[in-house]
Amino acid sequence: MVQIEINDVHKRFGQNEVLKGVSLQVQKGEIVAILGKSGSGKSTLLRCINALESVDRGNIAVEGVRVHQNMPKLREFRQEMGIVFQQYNLFPHLTVERNITLAPILTGKIRKGEARELALRTLERVGLRDKLKAYPINLSGGQQQRVAIARCLAMEPKIMLFDEVTSALDPELVGEVLKVMENMARQGMTMVLVTHEMGFAKNVATKVVFMHNGAIREQGTPAEIFNNPRTPELQNFLGNN
Amino acid sequence: MRIVEFSDILALIAALRWTVGLTLIAIALGGPMGLALALMKASRNLVLDGIATAILQLIQGIPLLALLMFFYFGVPVFLGVDIPPLVAVSIAYVVYASVYFGQIWAGSIAAVKQEQWEAGACLGLHKWHQFFYIVAPQAFKISLPASVSFLVQLIKGTSLASVVGFVELARAAQVISAATFQSTLVYVLAASLYFLICFPLTVWSRKLERSLNGAN
Repeated sequence: MVQIEINDVHKRFGQNEVLKGVSLQVQKGEIVAILGKSGSGKSTLLRCINALESVDRGNIAVEGVRVHQNMPKLREFRQEMGIVFQQYNLFPHLTVERNITLAPILTGKIRKGEARELALRTLERVGLRDKLKAYPINLSGGQQQRVAIARCLAMEPKIMLFDEVTSALDPELVGEVLKVMENMARQGMTMVLVTHEMGFAKNVATKVVFMHNGAIREQGTPAEIFNNPRTPELQNFLGNN
Repeated sequence: MRIVEFSDILALIAALRWTVGLTLIAIALGGPMGLALALMKASRNLVLDGIATAILQLIQGIPLLALLMFFYFGVPVFLGVDIPPLVAVSIAYVVYASVYFGQIWAGSIAAVKQEQWEAGACLGLHKWHQFFYIVAPQAFKISLPASVSFLVQLIKGTSLASVVGFVELARAAQVISAATFQSTLVYVLAASLYFLICFPLTVWSRKLERSLNGAN
């Protein structure tokens, strides 16, 4: 079943055309890794999927519903699609517990009395049960990013988007975040991630997409992309990584 | 001529009620109006932002004294109606407080990173929830030093109401000093009373800031 359908999407910021007709299908349960140099439009594409950016031409549909910033039920739509950012974007004034349970409580997903339980359950999944009462400032980058993932998981999304979630981390902290993501992948979550982690794309992704200059240059299984790159751009990109 | 008596000190303290009263009126009505102005500026709606900016720029360019004169002497003449002095003076302070609070809070809201709104939006939260639970608490902390500093300005600024004959602390000191010729003593007393109100405020604000720092 096609869960995300991206059809000839164009997007420009002023004079700069960042997406030049991108089409992509994501099946339910697929792990799609989007690779490409910075400026190739991969983060913008991700942000278009949950309507953080508007699309100039073409369209995006998730489970058959057209996605745009004025869509009806935009909030309900976003509640079912988690997104994790490079800079975590945790709420600095709230404890880990409140970071995780704020949205489920405010959107009526859970009652206040169930908050503690939900926080512990989702923290368990990212291996941070003991950080319930900590503030983001007191956590390492890797821990903050895992809390950000837990915050999304608490909403029980059907799809997760990851925007270079390990790029701001110290090298020794990357592993713990990738491990959490691998676990999610194993549990059948549909995931679309923009990443520079070649190992993760090779070993965990079911589909790898290579973007160049605002367009998809190649896509295929990890084996096809990594063992048999056809375009000079991809050969060049893989050679440099 | 007579000496400064205990009853004079009591009169000064009694006059404080209008210093405090005017301040409270200015906060109670000017605060919400300031918040409204700040929200208009944060709304990203060109019309609302434009209106708020125009009001802020216009009023901030007018001295407090001129505002007092305008509402106390000007408006009754323009409109041909009698406005009770308390109402006229109150309106002036409410307008004054609302633009300064508005300016401070608009800046504080803008100082919270855009990504914080975005993170809330991505969790499917309503715009108002994003503001009240995510942005406002952070903006509050940022605004604290400037807000309290303005509050102190406001308390001292109520002394200008003496110009239109309003008997608050400064005016009471004037009257007593005229009766006793002990201007140094009387004004030092009055100044001490201002200090006694304002100093705890700054101490409290510093404490509050520090306690909020625990989270950040």
